[in-house]
Amino acid sequence: MEELITVKNLSFSYPDGQQALIDVNLAIYRGESLALIGPNGAGKSTLLLHLNGILRSNGAVSLLGSPIDESNLKWARSRVGLVFQNPDDQLFSPTVFDDVAFGPINMGLSDGQVRQAVTRALGLVGMSGYEKRSPHHLSFGEKKRIALATVLSMSPEILVIDEPTSNLDPRGKWSFIGVLERMAGTKIIVTHDLELVGALCRRVVILDQGRVVADGGTGDILADKRLLAAHGLAPDGASLKLKRRG
Amino acid sequence: MKHSFLDQYSDRDSPLHRLDPRSKLVATLAFIIAVVLTPVDSWPAYGMYLVLLAVLIVLSRVPPLYILRRSLVIVPFVLLVAVLIPFFKGGEVAGSYNIGMWHISVSQSGLQIFWNILARAWLSIISLSILAATTRFASLLEGLERLRFPRVLVMLLSFMYRYIFILTDEVMRMKQARDSRSFGGKWRWQIKTVGNMVGTLFLRSYERGERVYAAMVARGFDGHSRTLERLRFGRRDALFAAGLSLALVAINLFNLLY
Ligand SMILES: Nc1ncnc2c1ncn2[C@@H]1O[C@H](COP(=O)(O)OP(=O)(O)O)[C@@H](O)[C@H]1O
Ligand SMILES: [Mg+2]
Repeated sequence: MEELITVKNLSFSYPDGQQALIDVNLAIYRGESLALIGPNGAGKSTLLLHLNGILRSNGAVSLLGSPIDESNLKWARSRVGLVFQNPDDQLFSPTVFDDVAFGPINMGLSDGQVRQAVTRALGLVGMSGYEKRSPHHLSFGEKKRIALATVLSMSPEILVIDEPTSNLDPRGKWSFIGVLERMAGTKIIVTHDLELVGALCRRVVILDQGRVVADGGTGDILADKRLLAAHGLAPDGASLKLKRRG
Repeated sequence: MKHSFLDQYSDRDSPLHRLDPRSKLVATLAFIIAVVLTPVDSWPAYGMYLVLLAVLIVLSRVPPLYILRRSLVIVPFVLLVAVLIPFFKGGEVAGSYNIGMWHISVSQSGLQIFWNILARAWLSIISLSILAATTRFASLLEGLERLRFPRVLVMLLSFMYRYIFILTDEVMRMKQARDSRSFGGKWRWQIKTVGNMVGTLFLRSYERGERVYAAMVARGFDGHSRTLERLRFGRRDALFAAGLSLALVAINLFNLLY
Protein backbone atom coordinates (compact mmCIF):
# COMPACT_ATOMS: atom_id res chain seq x y z
CA MET A 1 0.00 0.00 0.00
CA GLU A 2 1.12 3.51 -0.77
CA GLU A 3 2.13 5.63 2.18
CA LEU A 4 0.35 8.99 2.07
CA ILE A 5 1.50 10.56 5.31
CA THR A 6 4.56 9.66 7.31
CA VAL A 7 5.15 11.05 10.77
CA LYS A 8 8.70 10.40 12.01
CA ASN A 9 9.89 11.10 15.56
CA LEU A 10 7.57 14.03 15.96
CA SER A 11 7.87 15.90 19.25
CA PHE A 12 6.17 19.19 19.86
CA SER A 13 5.72 21.61 22.72
CA TYR A 14 3.60 24.74 22.73
CA PRO A 15 5.34 28.09 23.29
CA ASP A 16 4.19 28.06 26.91
CA GLY A 17 6.25 24.92 27.49
CA GLN A 18 3.36 22.45 27.43
CA GLN A 19 4.74 19.24 25.89
CA ALA A 20 1.92 18.03 23.64
CA LEU A 21 3.58 15.35 21.47
CA ILE A 22 6.48 13.06 22.31
CA ASP A 23 8.29 11.04 19.66
CA VAL A 24 5.22 10.17 17.59
CA ASN A 25 5.65 7.75 14.69
CA LEU A 26 2.80 7.02 12.35
CA ALA A 27 2.22 5.94 8.76
CA ILE A 28 -1.05 6.51 6.98
CA TYR A 29 -1.82 4.55 3.84
CA ARG A 30 -3.94 5.38 0.84
CA GLY A 31 -7.57 4.43 1.16
CA GLU A 32 -7.61 3.51 4.82
CA SER A 33 -9.82 4.98 7.46
CA LEU A 34 -8.04 5.42 10.72
CA ALA A 35 -9.40 6.36 14.11
CA LEU A 36 -7.23 8.40 16.42
CA ILE A 37 -8.55 8.05 19.93
CA GLY A 38 -7.37 9.14 23.34
CA PRO A 39 -8.49 11.04 26.43
CA ASN A 40 -8.87 14.83 26.54
CA GLY A 41 -5.56 16.63 26.32
CA ALA A 42 -3.80 13.62 24.81
CA GLY A 43 -2.48 15.69 21.91
CA LYS A 44 -4.85 14.51 19.18
CA SER A 45 -5.74 17.97 17.88
CA THR A 46 -2.10 19.00 18.05
CA LEU A 47 -1.16 16.02 15.89
CA LEU A 48 -3.85 16.90 13.34
CA LEU A 49 -2.55 20.45 13.06
CA HIS A 50 0.79 18.96 12.04
CA LEU A 51 -0.71 16.92 9.21
CA ASN A 52 -1.25 19.92 6.94
CA GLY A 53 1.50 22.12 8.23
CA ILE A 54 -0.41 24.55 10.45
CA LEU A 55 2.05 23.50 13.13
CA ARG A 56 5.46 22.44 11.90
CA SER A 57 8.41 20.73 13.50
CA ASN A 58 11.09 20.62 10.85
CA GLY A 59 10.63 17.74 8.49
CA ALA A 60 8.91 15.34 10.88
CA VAL A 61 5.81 15.06 8.69
CA SER A 62 5.98 14.01 5.05
CA LEU A 63 3.16 14.02 2.56
CA LEU A 64 3.49 11.63 -0.41
CA GLY A 65 7.21 11.42 0.31
CA SER A 66 7.98 15.14 0.51
CA PRO A 67 8.53 16.73 3.91
CA ILE A 68 6.04 19.55 4.56
CA ASP A 69 7.83 22.92 4.70
CA GLU A 70 7.35 26.54 3.64
CA SER A 71 7.82 25.74 -0.04
CA ASN A 72 4.99 23.22 -0.41
CA LEU A 73 2.65 24.45 2.27
CA LYS A 74 -0.12 25.46 -0.08
CA TRP A 75 -0.05 22.16 -1.89
CA ALA A 76 -0.07 20.27 1.41
CA ARG A 77 -3.12 22.18 2.59
CA SER A 78 -5.07 21.44 -0.56
CA ARG A 79 -4.21 17.73 -0.33
CA VAL A 80 -4.99 17.31 3.37
CA GLY A 81 -8.46 18.62 4.24
CA LEU A 82 -8.74 19.45 7.91
CA VAL A 83 -12.18 19.77 9.50
CA PHE A 84 -12.06 21.49 12.88
CA GLN A 85 -14.03 20.34 15.85
CA ASN A 86 -16.15 23.44 16.32
CA PRO A 87 -18.07 24.39 13.16
CA ASP A 88 -18.36 27.96 14.40
CA ASP A 89 -14.60 28.24 14.04
CA GLN A 90 -14.63 26.63 10.63
CA LEU A 91 -17.49 28.69 9.21
CA PHE A 92 -16.41 32.30 9.25
CA SER A 93 -18.10 33.73 6.14
CA PRO A 94 -21.40 35.54 5.87
CA THR A 95 -22.94 32.86 3.66
CA VAL A 96 -22.61 29.10 3.18
CA PHE A 97 -21.54 29.63 -0.42
CA ASP A 98 -18.69 31.94 0.57
CA ASP A 99 -17.46 29.46 3.12
CA VAL A 100 -17.53 26.44 0.84
CA ALA A 101 -15.94 28.50 -1.94
CA PHE A 102 -13.17 29.83 0.28
CA GLY A 103 -10.75 26.92 -0.21
CA PRO A 104 -11.25 26.54 -3.99
CA ILE A 105 -10.83 30.31 -4.48
CA ASN A 106 -7.59 30.26 -2.52
CA MET A 107 -6.42 27.34 -4.64
CA GLY A 108 -6.75 29.64 -7.64
CA LEU A 109 -9.57 27.85 -9.45
CA SER A 110 -11.57 29.74 -12.07
CA ASP A 111 -15.02 31.10 -11.22
CA GLY A 112 -16.76 28.29 -13.05
CA GLN A 113 -14.67 25.62 -11.34
CA VAL A 114 -15.31 27.20 -7.95
CA ARG A 115 -19.05 27.12 -8.51
CA GLN A 116 -18.87 23.50 -9.63
CA ALA A 117 -16.79 22.53 -6.59
CA VAL A 118 -19.27 24.20 -4.24
CA THR A 119 -22.27 22.50 -5.80
CA ARG A 120 -20.55 19.12 -5.69
CA ALA A 121 -19.39 19.47 -2.08
CA LEU A 122 -22.81 20.57 -0.83
CA GLY A 123 -24.35 17.65 -2.70
CA LEU A 124 -21.95 15.20 -1.05
CA VAL A 125 -23.02 16.27 2.44
CA GLY A 126 -26.70 16.46 1.49
CA MET A 127 -26.97 20.23 1.81
CA SER A 128 -27.72 21.32 -1.76
CA GLY A 129 -29.67 24.56 -1.90
CA TYR A 130 -28.17 26.01 1.28
CA GLU A 131 -25.79 28.33 -0.61
CA LYS A 132 -27.40 31.59 0.41
CA ARG A 133 -28.05 30.79 4.06
CA SER A 134 -25.93 32.36 6.75
CA PRO A 135 -24.26 30.03 9.24
CA HIS A 136 -25.99 31.51 12.26
CA HIS A 137 -29.33 30.39 10.92
CA LEU A 138 -28.26 26.75 10.70
CA SER A 139 -28.70 23.98 13.26
CA PHE A 140 -25.60 22.47 14.83
CA GLY A 141 -25.89 19.32 12.71
CA GLU A 142 -26.23 21.39 9.55
CA LYS A 143 -23.20 23.45 10.51
CA LYS A 144 -21.20 20.23 10.95
CA ARG A 145 -22.13 19.13 7.43
CA ILE A 146 -21.30 22.50 5.91
CA ALA A 147 -17.97 22.49 7.76
CA LEU A 148 -17.22 19.16 6.09
CA ALA A 149 -18.28 20.59 2.72
CA THR A 150 -15.86 23.52 3.08
CA VAL A 151 -13.05 20.99 2.97
CA LEU A 152 -14.56 18.58 0.44
CA SER A 153 -14.81 21.43 -2.07
CA MET A 154 -11.00 21.37 -2.30
CA SER A 155 -11.15 17.67 -3.30
CA PRO A 156 -8.50 16.68 -0.78
CA GLU A 157 -6.74 13.36 -0.97
CA ILE A 158 -6.99 12.86 2.78
CA LEU A 159 -9.82 13.91 5.01
CA VAL A 160 -8.86 14.72 8.59
CA ILE A 161 -11.76 15.28 10.96
CA ASP A 162 -11.57 16.39 14.59
CA GLU A 163 -14.36 14.95 16.76
CA PRO A 164 -17.05 14.76 14.08
CA THR A 165 -19.84 13.60 16.39
CA SER A 166 -19.21 15.66 19.52
CA ASN A 167 -22.29 17.63 20.61
CA LEU A 168 -24.55 15.87 18.11
CA ASP A 169 -27.68 14.10 19.28
CA PRO A 170 -27.93 10.40 18.34
CA ARG A 171 -29.93 11.04 15.19
CA GLY A 172 -27.56 13.79 14.07
CA LYS A 173 -24.63 11.58 14.93
CA TRP A 174 -25.76 8.57 12.91
CA SER A 175 -26.75 10.62 9.90
CA PHE A 176 -23.33 12.31 10.00
CA ILE A 177 -21.66 8.91 10.25
CA GLY A 178 -23.70 7.96 7.18
CA VAL A 179 -22.30 10.95 5.30
CA LEU A 180 -18.74 10.00 6.26
CA GLU A 181 -19.33 6.41 5.30
CA ARG A 182 -20.30 7.40 1.76
CA MET A 183 -17.15 9.48 1.44
CA ALA A 184 -14.49 7.67 -0.60
CA GLY A 185 -10.78 8.19 0.05
CA THR A 186 -8.45 8.24 3.00
CA LYS A 187 -9.87 9.35 6.33
CA ILE A 188 -8.37 10.15 9.70
CA ILE A 189 -10.99 10.61 12.39
CA VAL A 190 -10.29 11.88 15.88
CA THR A 191 -12.96 10.86 18.35
CA HIS A 192 -13.93 9.55 21.77
CA ASP A 193 -16.89 7.82 20.26
CA LEU A 194 -16.21 4.09 20.10
CA GLU A 195 -19.48 3.45 18.25
CA LEU A 196 -18.24 5.74 15.51
CA VAL A 197 -14.90 3.93 15.47
CA GLY A 198 -16.63 0.58 15.14
CA ALA A 199 -18.83 1.83 12.33
CA LEU A 200 -16.23 3.59 10.21
CA CYS A 201 -12.64 2.58 10.91
CA ARG A 202 -10.49 -0.45 10.22
CA ARG A 203 -7.48 0.72 12.18
CA VAL A 204 -7.17 2.45 15.55
CA VAL A 205 -4.33 4.47 17.04
CA ILE A 206 -4.44 5.40 20.71
CA LEU A 207 -2.67 8.54 21.83
CA ASP A 208 -2.16 9.31 25.52
CA GLN A 209 -0.08 12.06 27.07
CA GLY A 210 1.49 12.87 23.73
CA ARG A 211 2.61 9.31 22.92
CA VAL A 212 1.25 6.62 20.61
CA VAL A 213 0.42 3.81 23.01
CA ALA A 214 -1.37 1.44 20.65
CA ASP A 215 -1.78 0.93 16.90
CA GLY A 216 -3.78 -1.95 15.51
CA GLY A 217 -6.95 -3.36 13.97
CA THR A 218 -10.24 -1.99 15.24
CA GLY A 219 -11.54 -5.41 16.28
CA ASP A 220 -8.50 -6.18 18.44
CA ILE A 221 -8.28 -2.80 20.10
CA LEU A 222 -11.97 -2.37 20.85
CA ALA A 223 -12.01 -5.88 22.34
CA ASP A 224 -9.11 -5.06 24.68
CA LYS A 225 -11.10 -3.54 27.55
CA ARG A 226 -7.99 -3.38 29.74
CA LEU A 227 -6.13 -1.27 27.23
CA LEU A 228 -9.10 1.04 26.73
CA ALA A 229 -9.63 1.41 30.47
CA ALA A 230 -5.95 2.14 31.07
CA HIS A 231 -6.24 5.17 28.78
CA GLY A 232 -9.53 6.44 30.04
CA LEU A 233 -11.55 5.31 27.03
CA ALA A 234 -13.73 2.76 28.83
CA PRO A 235 -14.88 2.42 32.43
CA ASP A 236 -12.12 0.81 34.49
CA GLY A 237 -12.56 -2.38 36.52
CA ALA A 238 -13.37 -0.69 39.81
CA SER A 239 -16.24 1.38 38.52
CA LEU A 240 -17.56 -1.59 36.54
CA LYS A 241 -17.72 -3.67 39.70
CA LEU A 242 -19.49 -0.87 41.49
CA LYS A 243 -22.13 -0.84 38.78
CA ARG A 244 -22.65 -4.58 38.92
CA ARG A 245 -23.11 -4.56 42.65
CA GLY A 246 -25.54 -1.63 42.47
CA MET B 1 -30.15 31.04 19.76
CA LYS B 2 -31.64 32.82 16.79
CA HIS B 3 -30.98 36.47 16.16
CA SER B 4 -32.10 38.70 13.37
CA PHE B 5 -31.41 42.17 14.62
CA LEU B 6 -29.09 43.22 11.86
CA ASP B 7 -30.71 42.61 8.52
CA GLN B 8 -34.27 41.67 9.30
CA TYR B 9 -36.58 41.60 6.23
CA SER B 10 -33.56 41.57 3.92
CA ASP B 11 -34.44 38.08 2.68
CA ARG B 12 -37.84 39.17 1.36
CA ASP B 13 -38.58 39.98 -2.22
CA SER B 14 -39.42 43.35 -3.76
CA PRO B 15 -38.17 45.55 -6.59
CA LEU B 16 -35.76 47.15 -4.12
CA HIS B 17 -34.52 43.81 -2.81
CA ARG B 18 -33.72 42.71 -6.34
CA LEU B 19 -31.46 45.66 -7.11
CA ASP B 20 -27.72 45.29 -7.25
CA PRO B 21 -26.30 46.19 -3.81
CA ARG B 22 -23.92 48.62 -5.47
CA SER B 23 -26.71 50.74 -6.87
CA LYS B 24 -28.38 50.80 -3.45
CA LEU B 25 -25.16 51.72 -1.68
CA VAL B 26 -24.38 54.54 -4.08
CA ALA B 27 -27.97 55.74 -4.02
CA THR B 28 -27.98 55.86 -0.23
CA LEU B 29 -24.72 57.77 -0.23
CA ALA B 30 -26.04 60.21 -2.84
CA PHE B 31 -29.21 60.71 -0.84
CA ILE B 32 -27.29 61.45 2.36
CA ILE B 33 -24.98 63.89 0.59
CA ALA B 34 -27.95 65.67 -0.98
CA VAL B 35 -29.66 65.93 2.40
CA VAL B 36 -26.56 67.29 4.06
CA LEU B 37 -25.98 69.86 1.32
CA THR B 38 -29.53 71.16 1.29
CA PRO B 39 -29.66 74.67 2.83
CA VAL B 40 -30.91 75.01 6.36
CA ASP B 41 -34.01 77.02 5.56
CA SER B 42 -35.45 75.02 2.67
CA TRP B 43 -38.00 73.00 4.56
CA PRO B 44 -40.03 72.04 1.47
CA ALA B 45 -36.99 70.13 0.22
CA TYR B 46 -36.80 68.21 3.46
CA GLY B 47 -40.50 67.42 3.13
CA MET B 48 -39.91 66.04 -0.32
CA TYR B 49 -36.99 63.92 0.84
CA LEU B 50 -39.37 62.37 3.30
CA VAL B 51 -41.91 61.72 0.55
CA LEU B 52 -39.18 60.11 -1.55
CA LEU B 53 -38.26 57.83 1.33
CA ALA B 54 -41.92 56.96 1.87
CA VAL B 55 -42.18 55.91 -1.76
CA LEU B 56 -39.09 53.72 -1.39
CA ILE B 57 -40.50 52.11 1.76
CA VAL B 58 -43.72 51.27 -0.05
CA LEU B 59 -41.73 49.81 -2.94
CA SER B 60 -39.64 47.75 -0.53
CA ARG B 61 -42.69 46.14 1.16
CA VAL B 62 -40.94 46.43 4.51
CA PRO B 63 -43.38 47.39 7.32
CA PRO B 64 -43.05 51.21 7.67
CA LEU B 65 -43.33 50.92 11.45
CA TYR B 66 -40.22 48.75 11.53
CA ILE B 67 -38.22 51.38 9.65
CA LEU B 68 -39.64 54.09 11.87
CA ARG B 69 -38.73 52.24 15.03
CA ARG B 70 -35.19 51.62 13.82
CA SER B 71 -34.72 55.20 12.74
CA LEU B 72 -35.72 56.54 16.16
CA VAL B 73 -32.74 54.83 17.74
CA ILE B 74 -30.52 57.63 16.51
CA VAL B 75 -32.54 60.48 18.00
CA PRO B 76 -31.10 60.45 21.54
CA PHE B 77 -27.57 60.65 20.17
CA VAL B 78 -28.39 63.57 17.93
CA LEU B 79 -30.16 65.32 20.79
CA LEU B 80 -27.13 64.89 22.96
CA VAL B 81 -24.90 66.55 20.38
CA ALA B 82 -27.27 69.23 19.12
CA VAL B 83 -29.17 70.32 22.20
CA LEU B 84 -26.65 72.95 23.20
CA ILE B 85 -26.53 74.71 19.85
CA PRO B 86 -29.57 77.00 20.41
CA PHE B 87 -27.94 78.33 23.55
CA PHE B 88 -24.61 79.24 22.03
CA LYS B 89 -25.49 80.41 18.57
CA GLY B 90 -25.70 84.20 18.41
CA GLY B 91 -28.44 86.13 16.58
CA GLU B 92 -32.06 87.05 17.04
CA VAL B 93 -33.22 85.92 20.47
CA ALA B 94 -36.16 83.54 20.56
CA GLY B 95 -36.49 83.47 24.32
CA SER B 96 -34.42 84.09 27.40
CA TYR B 97 -34.55 82.71 30.87
CA ASN B 98 -33.01 83.45 34.21
CA ILE B 99 -31.92 80.39 36.09
CA GLY B 100 -30.41 81.37 39.38
CA MET B 101 -27.60 83.76 38.67
CA TRP B 102 -27.32 82.74 34.99
CA HIS B 103 -28.96 84.49 32.14
CA ILE B 104 -29.67 82.08 29.30
CA SER B 105 -30.99 83.01 25.90
CA VAL B 106 -32.03 80.85 22.99
CA SER B 107 -31.39 82.24 19.53
CA GLN B 108 -33.71 81.90 16.58
CA SER B 109 -31.04 80.72 14.17
CA GLY B 110 -29.68 78.35 16.80
CA LEU B 111 -33.08 76.73 17.11
CA GLN B 112 -33.34 76.41 13.36
CA ILE B 113 -29.97 74.69 13.17
CA PHE B 114 -31.01 72.36 15.93
CA TRP B 115 -34.16 71.23 14.11
CA ASN B 116 -32.18 71.00 10.94
CA ILE B 117 -29.56 68.70 12.37
CA LEU B 118 -32.28 66.52 13.79
CA ALA B 119 -34.09 66.36 10.43
CA ARG B 120 -30.94 65.58 8.47
CA ALA B 121 -29.87 62.86 10.83
CA TRP B 122 -33.30 61.31 10.85
CA LEU B 123 -33.64 61.31 7.04
CA SER B 124 -30.19 59.81 6.66
CA ILE B 125 -30.86 57.08 9.16
CA ILE B 126 -34.16 56.20 7.49
CA SER B 127 -32.35 55.80 4.18
CA LEU B 128 -29.78 53.57 5.84
CA SER B 129 -32.52 51.52 7.48
CA ILE B 130 -34.15 50.99 4.10
CA LEU B 131 -30.81 49.88 2.70
CA ALA B 132 -30.28 47.41 5.54
CA ALA B 133 -33.81 46.05 5.33
CA THR B 134 -33.63 45.41 1.59
CA THR B 135 -30.10 44.05 1.24
CA ARG B 136 -28.62 40.95 2.79
CA PHE B 137 -25.54 41.75 4.78
CA ALA B 138 -23.50 39.42 2.60
CA SER B 139 -24.55 41.26 -0.57
CA LEU B 140 -23.84 44.55 1.11
CA LEU B 141 -20.30 43.40 1.79
CA GLU B 142 -19.98 42.16 -1.76
CA GLY B 143 -21.18 45.53 -3.03
CA LEU B 144 -18.69 47.37 -0.85
CA GLU B 145 -15.92 45.17 -2.13
CA ARG B 146 -16.84 45.74 -5.78
CA LEU B 147 -16.93 49.46 -5.11
CA ARG B 148 -13.26 49.20 -4.11
CA PHE B 149 -13.92 49.66 -0.44
CA PRO B 150 -10.70 48.56 1.32
CA ARG B 151 -10.57 44.76 1.62
CA VAL B 152 -9.43 44.84 5.21
CA LEU B 153 -12.50 46.80 6.23
CA VAL B 154 -14.83 44.51 4.32
CA MET B 155 -13.28 41.50 6.01
CA LEU B 156 -13.54 43.17 9.37
CA LEU B 157 -17.22 43.86 8.83
CA SER B 158 -17.78 40.33 7.65
CA PHE B 159 -16.20 38.83 10.76
CA MET B 160 -18.18 41.20 12.94
CA TYR B 161 -21.38 40.12 11.25
CA ARG B 162 -20.50 36.44 11.55
CA TYR B 163 -19.40 36.44 15.18
CA ILE B 164 -21.59 39.07 16.80
CA PHE B 165 -24.29 36.45 17.32
CA ILE B 166 -21.90 33.88 18.69
CA LEU B 167 -20.45 36.40 21.13
CA THR B 168 -23.95 37.45 22.11
CA ASP B 169 -24.77 33.83 22.87
CA GLU B 170 -21.60 33.51 24.86
CA VAL B 171 -22.47 36.57 26.94
CA MET B 172 -25.99 35.21 27.53
CA ARG B 173 -24.61 31.88 28.70
CA MET B 174 -22.13 33.57 31.02
CA LYS B 175 -24.92 35.71 32.41
CA GLN B 176 -27.11 32.66 33.00
CA ALA B 177 -24.29 30.82 34.69
CA ARG B 178 -23.68 33.80 36.93
CA ASP B 179 -27.33 34.37 37.78
CA SER B 180 -27.99 30.72 38.49
CA ARG B 181 -25.40 30.98 41.23
CA SER B 182 -27.49 33.85 42.61
CA PHE B 183 -25.62 36.93 41.62
CA GLY B 184 -26.05 39.73 44.09
CA GLY B 185 -24.40 41.06 47.20
CA LYS B 186 -22.35 44.19 47.61
CA TRP B 187 -22.02 46.38 44.55
CA ARG B 188 -18.26 46.26 44.75
CA TRP B 189 -18.36 42.53 44.47
CA GLN B 190 -20.87 42.78 41.62
CA ILE B 191 -18.56 45.09 39.72
CA LYS B 192 -15.71 42.69 40.23
CA THR B 193 -17.80 39.82 38.88
CA VAL B 194 -18.76 41.78 35.79
CA GLY B 195 -15.12 42.74 35.34
CA ASN B 196 -14.11 39.09 35.43
CA MET B 197 -16.78 38.24 32.90
CA VAL B 198 -15.56 40.90 30.51
CA GLY B 199 -12.01 39.56 30.90
CA THR B 200 -13.18 36.02 30.20
CA LEU B 201 -15.08 37.20 27.15
CA PHE B 202 -11.99 38.91 25.74
CA LEU B 203 -9.86 35.87 26.38
CA ARG B 204 -12.37 33.53 24.75
CA SER B 205 -12.73 35.82 21.76
CA TYR B 206 -8.99 35.97 21.36
CA GLU B 207 -8.70 32.19 21.48
CA ARG B 208 -11.54 31.85 19.01
CA GLY B 209 -9.73 34.29 16.75
CA GLU B 210 -6.73 31.99 16.76
CA ARG B 211 -8.85 28.96 15.91
CA VAL B 212 -10.68 30.78 13.13
CA TYR B 213 -7.37 31.90 11.68
CA ALA B 214 -6.11 28.31 11.76
CA ALA B 215 -9.27 27.23 9.93
CA MET B 216 -8.63 29.87 7.27
CA VAL B 217 -4.99 28.92 6.89
CA ALA B 218 -5.96 25.27 6.61
CA ARG B 219 -7.91 26.16 3.48
CA GLY B 220 -5.04 27.92 1.81
CA PHE B 221 -5.53 31.47 3.11
CA ASP B 222 -2.33 33.46 2.58
CA GLY B 223 -3.39 36.94 3.66
CA HIS B 224 -5.06 37.93 0.39
CA SER B 225 -8.78 37.75 0.28
CA ARG B 226 -10.26 36.88 -3.06
CA THR B 227 -13.87 36.62 -4.08
CA LEU B 228 -15.93 35.69 -7.07
CA GLU B 229 -17.55 38.19 -9.37
CA ARG B 230 -21.22 37.52 -8.82
CA LEU B 231 -23.01 40.85 -9.07
CA ARG B 232 -24.80 42.00 -12.16
CA PHE B 233 -25.57 45.61 -12.76
CA GLY B 234 -28.68 45.40 -14.94
CA ARG B 235 -31.19 47.65 -16.67
CA ARG B 236 -33.28 47.91 -13.54
CA ASP B 237 -30.27 49.22 -11.63
CA ALA B 238 -29.55 51.85 -14.25
CA LEU B 239 -33.20 52.86 -14.12
CA PHE B 240 -33.18 53.10 -10.35
CA ALA B 241 -29.94 55.09 -10.26
CA ALA B 242 -31.12 57.49 -12.94
CA GLY B 243 -34.54 57.92 -11.33
CA LEU B 244 -33.18 58.58 -7.89
CA SER B 245 -30.51 61.02 -8.95
CA LEU B 246 -33.05 62.93 -11.04
CA ALA B 247 -35.37 63.08 -8.06
CA LEU B 248 -32.59 64.42 -5.85
CA VAL B 249 -31.62 67.05 -8.43
CA ALA B 250 -35.26 68.03 -8.93
CA ILE B 251 -35.77 68.49 -5.21
CA ASN B 252 -32.80 70.82 -5.04
CA LEU B 253 -33.79 72.75 -8.20
CA PHE B 254 -37.29 73.21 -6.88
CA ASN B 255 -35.61 74.67 -3.88
CA LEU B 256 -33.95 77.32 -6.02
CA LEU B 257 -37.25 78.34 -7.59
CA TYR B 258 -38.97 78.54 -4.29
N1 LIG C 1 -2.63 26.70 21.98
C1 LIG C 1 -2.13 25.98 23.01
N2 LIG C 1 -1.20 26.52 23.83
C2 LIG C 1 -0.69 25.82 24.85
N3 LIG C 1 -1.01 24.56 25.16
C3 LIG C 1 -1.93 23.95 24.38
C4 LIG C 1 -2.55 24.63 23.28
N4 LIG C 1 -3.43 23.79 22.69
C5 LIG C 1 -3.37 22.64 23.40
N5 LIG C 1 -2.47 22.72 24.42
C6 LIG C 1 -2.11 21.67 25.38
O1 LIG C 1 -1.54 20.59 24.67
C7 LIG C 1 -2.01 19.36 25.14
C8 LIG C 1 -2.68 18.60 24.03
O2 LIG C 1 -3.83 19.29 23.62
P1 LIG C 1 -4.77 18.82 22.42
O3 LIG C 1 -3.92 18.47 21.28
O4 LIG C 1 -5.78 19.89 22.22
O5 LIG C 1 -5.46 17.52 23.03
P2 LIG C 1 -6.72 16.69 22.54
O6 LIG C 1 -7.15 17.24 21.24
O7 LIG C 1 -6.25 15.29 22.48
O8 LIG C 1 -7.78 16.84 23.59
C9 LIG C 1 -2.95 19.68 26.29
O9 LIG C 1 -2.22 19.54 27.49
C10 LIG C 1 -3.34 21.10 26.06
O10 LIG C 1 -3.57 21.76 27.28
MG1 LIG D 1 -8.98 18.13 20.65
